[in-house]
Amino acid sequence: MSSGTLSTILFLLFVAVTLGITFWASRNTKTAADYYAGGRSFTGAQNGLAIGGDYMSAASFLGIAGIIALSGYDGFLYSIGFLVAWLVALLLVAELMRNSGKFTMADVLAFRMSPRPVRTAAGVSTITVSIFYLLAQMVGAGALVGLLLGITGEAAKAWTIVAVGILMIIYVVVGGMKGTTWVQIVKAVLLMSGATLVTLLVLGKFGFNLSALLGEAAAQSGKPGFLEPGLKYGTEAQGLAGKIDLISLGLALVLGTAGLPHILIRFYTVPTAKDARKSVLWGIGIIGVFYLLTLVLGFGAAALVGGKAIVAQDKAGNTAAPQLAEAIGTAIFGDLGGTILLAIIAAVAFATILAVVAGLTLASSSSFSHDLYAHVFKRGNVTEKEEVVVARISALVIGAVSIGLGILAQGQNVAFLVALAFAVAASGNLPAILYSLFWKRFNTSGAVSAIYGGLGSALILVIFSPVVSGSATALFPGADFAWFPLQNPGIVSIPLGFFAGWLGTVLSKEYNASKYAEIEVRSMTGVGMEKADGH
Amino acid sequence: MTTREHDSSVYEQVQGSEEFQELKRRFRAWTFPMTAAFLAWYLLYVVMSGWARDFMGAKVIGNINVALIFGVLQFVSTFAIAWAYSRHMEKKIDPLADKLRHEVEGGAEGTTK
Repeated sequence: MSSGTLSTILFLLFVAVTLGITFWASRNTKTAADYYAGGRSFTGAQNGLAIGGDYMSAASFLGIAGIIALSGYDGFLYSIGFLVAWLVALLLVAELMRNSGKFTMADVLAFRMSPRPVRTAAGVSTITVSIFYLLAQMVGAGALVGLLLGITGEAAKAWTIVAVGILMIIYVVVGGMKGTTWVQIVKAVLLMSGATLVTLLVLGKFGFNLSALLGEAAAQSGKPGFLEPGLKYGTEAQGLAGKIDLISLGLALVLGTAGLPHILIRFYTVPTAKDARKSVLWGIGIIGVFYLLTLVLGFGAAALVGGKAIVAQDKAGNTAAPQLAEAIGTAIFGDLGGTILLAIIAAVAFATILAVVAGLTLASSSSFSHDLYAHVFKRGNVTEKEEVVVARISALVIGAVSIGLGILAQGQNVAFLVALAFAVAASGNLPAILYSLFWKRFNTSGAVSAIYGGLGSALILVIFSPVVSGSATALFPGADFAWFPLQNPGIVSIPLGFFAGWLGTVLSKEYNASKYAEIEVRSMTGVGMEKADGH
Repeated sequence: MTTREHDSSVYEQVQGSEEFQELKRRFRAWTFPMTAAFLAWYLLYVVMSGWARDFMGAKVIGNINVALIFGVLQFVSTFAIAWAYSRHMEKKIDPLADKLRHEVEGGAEGTTK
């Protein structure tokens, strides 16, 4: 049996189990709180695992291992930004948000503002960020299947995207937040187990001597400075702009997480703010250990597979981790061992993509239904039942749209969309959230300015950056309308977002002292917070 | 599902109380400087990755260099700050926040999970 067949079987097993859980979860999904927030009945540990499952995307598993395998140390820079970012979420956002919000990010922003403009802005931003992220994952899934299952041809890739899309729609439409959370929990356990297994085998091969592994990786790569920063980001050849770009990327990574809508809504799935705190602590533990594992996986792939063999499979190195699984399995257990390990890691990679896209679809459809439909279009005159029906329909539509876009974008270089999603979240969402929670004077004009200012500047700068035109690796390599020198807009757009929020606030006279008293007391003490469901 | 509607003056009274101001002070006096500190520590790491490459590349033990140790230290500091935050909240914030919540919500209704 080939590893492609075996990983298909394992993947189908994962699909069967998670679909079973989803249909089981759907029996208990009746109210809006069930659909949007899983009845707020998950424990801190469960939600912590789900946070890991929601956050550790294919980009961080396959992508970071690939960057380390090909460019050495620089992949680690990504991991560190992704991890430290959780402190922003833990210290400033998670608990206060759980105490004062209900279903979406906009609940917190709209608390003391004029609801329609603020919810419109937050809904637009949520859907934009989620679709970018979704698109990157969908295109990744299409590319991955060809490599892992040995399927070639555009049609096969397109069908993979359709299959991933349909599964994600089923998880979200049928299971709501409960189903999606369980898919993420199962995925987190599988991913951690798979990554730990391969890491231990690799370390074992080098007698648990990290220095020996690093030495072999550097030697095999044949690149000087492989164990040091500077081969991929801010290389000496790129000069000053490259190094500023590195800082810009670092800022977006560390400040983006606490503004990602699909992450923020996870804080609503637990009964209290203390459970939200516990979830993030669990999440930080799991994500931190995971990124330490990817360090070994990346250098292990450099040492045992080698850059040439990795590039031959995928130029960006996305198949480094599965290739490493095959190599280490073969070296220790023979051909069959290699086949089995490759199949396991390939199946885990698909599970990873599915869990992340489900989380993104849920976040964007929840925001469409709860923010735009219920509060903007219908001005709050909707029943809970109607809202959930609309949420399900919008999950279907958003899923269908992302399948279509994913097929259209097939073969395009869309990896930059993940970094862009982080930049938009850090530039628009984060200032709005932090000002809402901590700044007395903040008002509607400020919230709207922060979101549109941050979102708009990040998008405009990227459109006129070398990512979109004017370079060989651009989205449109033939055209050249780039005038912004950096690939990452964060260093400009994040301060602009905070500045726009401040300026919008001081230019408007609106200030509601009693509403500010309410959100401050509620966010700090948990008075009047949304309760867990009884069932 | 419904949030109990409080007279907004209740919130303003609580907000104006000595105890709430103390709660707020304890929270901000810890989290704000700590946020500034870990962001500065992280940015120092990123800036050194860009501009202090000779230092970052210096080998310390075998092939393990300063860059790797600095990176792992970011993990260690993240875990440590998360742990310290949780300790701080449990000791200094939770008791006061719970007390205030019970006072506002009052009686049996205040005993939430």
